[in-house]
Amino acid sequence: MATGVKEYIVRTKGLTKEFVLGGTVLKALDGVDLDIRWGEYISIMGPSGSGKSTLFNMIGGLDKPTHGSVFIDETDMAQLDAAELAFLRCRRIGYIFQTFNLIPVMTALENVTLPMIFAGTSTDDAMDKGMKLLEKVGLAHRYHHKPTELSGGQQQRVAIARAFANDPGIILADEPTGNLDLKTGQEIISLLKQLNTEQGVTVISATHDLKMLDVSDRVVWIRDGKIERVEERAQLDIQVGQMEGEKA
Amino acid sequence: MPPADKVDRIVIERQIMLPWRQSLHMCKQSVFVRLGRSVITAAGIFLGVTFLTSVLTSTAILRGQQALDPSVAARNVWLVVMSLMVATVGIVNSMLMSVTERYKEIGTMKCLGALDKFVVRLFLIESFMLGTLGSAAGALVGSGAMALLYLSRWGTAAFANMGPALVIAGAPISLFWAVIMAIVLGGLLSVIAALYPAWRAAKMPPAAALRSEI
Repeated sequence: MATGVKEYIVRTKGLTKEFVLGGTVLKALDGVDLDIRWGEYISIMGPSGSGKSTLFNMIGGLDKPTHGSVFIDETDMAQLDAAELAFLRCRRIGYIFQTFNLIPVMTALENVTLPMIFAGTSTDDAMDKGMKLLEKVGLAHRYHHKPTELSGGQQQRVAIARAFANDPGIILADEPTGNLDLKTGQEIISLLKQLNTEQGVTVISATHDLKMLDVSDRVVWIRDGKIERVEERAQLDIQVGQMEGEKA
Repeated sequence: MPPADKVDRIVIERQIMLPWRQSLHMCKQSVFVRLGRSVITAAGIFLGVTFLTSVLTSTAILRGQQALDPSVAARNVWLVVMSLMVATVGIVNSMLMSVTERYKEIGTMKCLGALDKFVVRLFLIESFMLGTLGSAAGALVGSGAMALLYLSRWGTAAFANMGPALVIAGAPISLFWAVIMAIVLGGLLSVIAALYPAWRAAKMPPAAALRSEI
């Protein structure tokens, strides 16, 4: 770091999140320390209830931790006020969700250009860029269709185009293939990897889809709110039909 | 540290914007694409204003014909006040439901960078649109129905000499202006009804809003 070359885009220190549920305290995250490098494709993997979605929410600034801190590009998220957080979400981070989360009353193009409107882009520029993004995900011919007229895979592609609207440095994907069939899921993963290598965008994905393992630079295995281990690509060993950590 | 810090924050706030033209366009889409849902949401205010304008119209016509019984007039005032209260409760409930149904949408918009005040603004514009449109439709139906009723009973002589529809603090108000006031009142009530639900929804952390199952 002393050389001035930026190494880590996201760092978490002692991240803890507790939920109070009717008298008992549930620790969704228990002291997570994670450093994510610029431009890498990292997957956070774990069984349901392991805390990966909670970790996703913390990194994305969608929720506040009980203890610990998250640093995005050396800025402590806890120090940011509402306007700065909104700016972060608008310009620096792109989100992709399991349930696509497109605005149902807006067309595909309008959905993709919405973040650009928040960023103050003029309508003409926004429309041009929106069409280019839709072309990149292969949906330029469906720009005027509403989400209800698109298949799951197509909706997720629109969501990916939307995530890239303001040229963010980080893409956060929460179970992007969760609602998709095998083939479509694979297409989405390939698309994400392609955009990651082409544009150097850091992709952080919380998932339990093993297809992600092929494209990830690093994999973080999380269990019961703690990091079990972190594996580099070279170390990955996939056991067909069974996920390590889960009893068959 | 204050001066430099303050400048940075103002610069950042101005970098997130929602132009009015876009807000209006988005609200128009919301109302007309979900037409069925919008009609149900606006039904309360529609019925309230229908009743209000029908009472105003019949009061004006009867006064003109010197046929208005004072006790009937007094009872009418009471009926109108009650109906407006019922309509208001209806609108508050509809607005609450309408906002709750869209928690996921609100959470998503915040992920795209929307400030809290944008979310509130969008819901207030939408409820104003619904309230005004519903009131205007109600005014048309209410006064129209009453006019037809008296037309059938007394012919066009019914409209020959119309008295004031309303007398507020001694000042008589013609039917036309009373109906305008009713429409404005409908729009205002809808906006007020949407204030608390919209504000509460905007304040939710995005993670909670996105977790909504609706």
